[in-house]
Amino acid sequence: MSILSIDGVSVSYGKVEAVHDVSLKVEAGAIVTVIGANGAGKTTLLGAAMGLLECRGDIHLDGRPLARMLVEARVEAGMCLVAEKRELFGTMPVEDNLLLGGFRVSRAERRRGLEEVYGRFPRLKQRRGQTAGTLSGGERQMLAMGRALMGRPRLLMLDEPSLGLAPLIVRDILGIVAELRQTGVAILLVEQNARAALEIADYGYVMELGEVIMHGPARRLAHDPRVIESYLGVGSHREAPAQYVEAGEQA
Amino acid sequence: MDSTILMFLVQDGVVNGAVYALLGVALVLVFTVTRVVFIPQGAFVAYGGLTMAALEAGRTPGTAWLLLVMGVVAAGMELLRRWGTSPPRVMARILAVDIGVPCGLLAVSLWLPGHGLGQWANILLTFALVIPIGPVLYRIAFQPLADASVLVLFIVAVGIDLTMTGLGLVFFGPEGYRTEVFSAVSFSVGPLNISAQSIWIVAMAAMLLGGLFVFFERTLLGKALRASAVNRRGARLVGIPTSLSGRTAFGLAAFIGCLSGLLIAPVTTIYFDTGFMVGLKGLIGAIIGGLISYPVTAVAALVVGLLEAFSSFEASAFKEVIIFTVIIPVLLWRSLTRPHIEDEE
Ligand SMILES: Nc1ncnc2c1ncn2[C@@H]1O[C@H](COP(=O)(O)OP(=O)(O)O)[C@@H](O)[C@H]1O
Ligand SMILES: [Mg+2]
Repeated sequence: MSILSIDGVSVSYGKVEAVHDVSLKVEAGAIVTVIGANGAGKTTLLGAAMGLLECRGDIHLDGRPLARMLVEARVEAGMCLVAEKRELFGTMPVEDNLLLGGFRVSRAERRRGLEEVYGRFPRLKQRRGQTAGTLSGGERQMLAMGRALMGRPRLLMLDEPSLGLAPLIVRDILGIVAELRQTGVAILLVEQNARAALEIADYGYVMELGEVIMHGPARRLAHDPRVIESYLGVGSHREAPAQYVEAGEQA
Repeated sequence: MDSTILMFLVQDGVVNGAVYALLGVALVLVFTVTRVVFIPQGAFVAYGGLTMAALEAGRTPGTAWLLLVMGVVAAGMELLRRWGTSPPRVMARILAVDIGVPCGLLAVSLWLPGHGLGQWANILLTFALVIPIGPVLYRIAFQPLADASVLVLFIVAVGIDLTMTGLGLVFFGPEGYRTEVFSAVSFSVGPLNISAQSIWIVAMAAMLLGGLFVFFERTLLGKALRASAVNRRGARLVGIPTSLSGRTAFGLAAFIGCLSGLLIAPVTTIYFDTGFMVGLKGLIGAIIGGLISYPVTAVAALVVGLLEAFSSFEASAFKEVIIFTVIIPVLLWRSLTRPHIEDEE
């Protein structure tokens, strides 16, 4: 059974429909990616899955319907969202941010989790006393991921972890995402950076204008001519649309 | 003004200022966590003092009935919301907590007065009756409005304050009350006579402020409350329920209000509407603290207390005017030096 299944979900902002009839599955232990340009509706889809936005359609976690369930109850049930805006506690120290990530787990688990996160992100250990608001972009992303891992989620949803980061750091972060596979957590990775995302994912969905236009095993998508033309035309990180076109012409 | 008078006024100001500081800090706490400007803060002071007075006089305080009625409403709302989704165990617990506990407290309040177990039993029962009104009030009035604007929340808070003051009149009547002092001792320091009650007030205020500091800095629940204040969405994403933060903040505010009422009731005559003025002076401190800074609020509230003492000596007719006028230059200065704080997160 899939850990997360989204069936025919639509989300509207007022009269404007931002996500239309999207279906998607995440199997236990898998990394599934949703790629698509800016404004495709990726963040909106995750918001609906997490309960931040109201939606039509069905969402199930382990076969259990999530309708009417509050965000905090979904966290309790094992979901965790690392939001596009990171949503850190800016005026609080790194360590407090992490500890709060383990708000629902036992004290012993919280202590163990802290060691694990510091092991995975030694950088955070160095900065444990610094307030979250003063961290660099890469460190903030590490903190957001570390805070999410503190809650021992079974489904981790990452909204553009590479957003605004230098290419080298993007590779670090996505490397860590790939490593998380060993912990058994299922990952739903939303990315504009299609090349990097398809490299580490098992399965991929392509979103355009609020709809899934294509899906398949990540390796197959990476070789699909349409995906190559629209999403992989240029180096491994985000560029302005005009440069995508240029790159297409060069190719 | 000679030094004896000076010292007397300082003592008076510090004692009042300590209470204003407590109330101001409670206002900051509630505002940062829930965005509610907690106007009824003062009503809890009156409820605390008057509930104690009723128990001392051998009467069953109306707050016991109020708590039961509010518990029934809260349980009804919660059961309705959870209908068909929560297991019976959870439903039973809601009934037990929201209706069972108030019933038990009402029974004790009906029984206790005739039996006179003494001051400490009365104090405990006062806490038990007044503190839960805070969280239950949050559940009934503010939890359904979690996404409303600050202005809507403010208007609701004013409405609740008016209601609570009105109910205070119904419960306790128009007369003023004083309660027994905790201990009748007083000390002489030079020419100055310091009553034990003033020491109680200042010591309890200092301890409570220290306790709050430890709570916010050291405990996970305290940090969770701060987290909800810093980033409400972030807090929900790590599984801190908005309602838990809200109920805890309101519970703490009710506790602080009730304690302040108990502390001042032996030295100040408490009427059903006394709380408003007292709370307003805490609010001045809180506003000077920008409704976000605990230390600035505490210090400002202390200054308000001192200012009040001196102005009631120098120009007693203008006492309130002077205090409420200070706020204008401070607000002007703040609005010129601080960046605009957004209404929404
Ligand atoms: N809060 C909002 N109100 C109205 N429209 C929004 C809001 N957030 C996003 N949208 C619109 O919904 C569409 C999808 O946005 P989003 O989900 O953020 O896309 P992505 O994450 O793929 O970049 C966009 O057209 C965007 O303008
Ligand atoms: Mg997005």
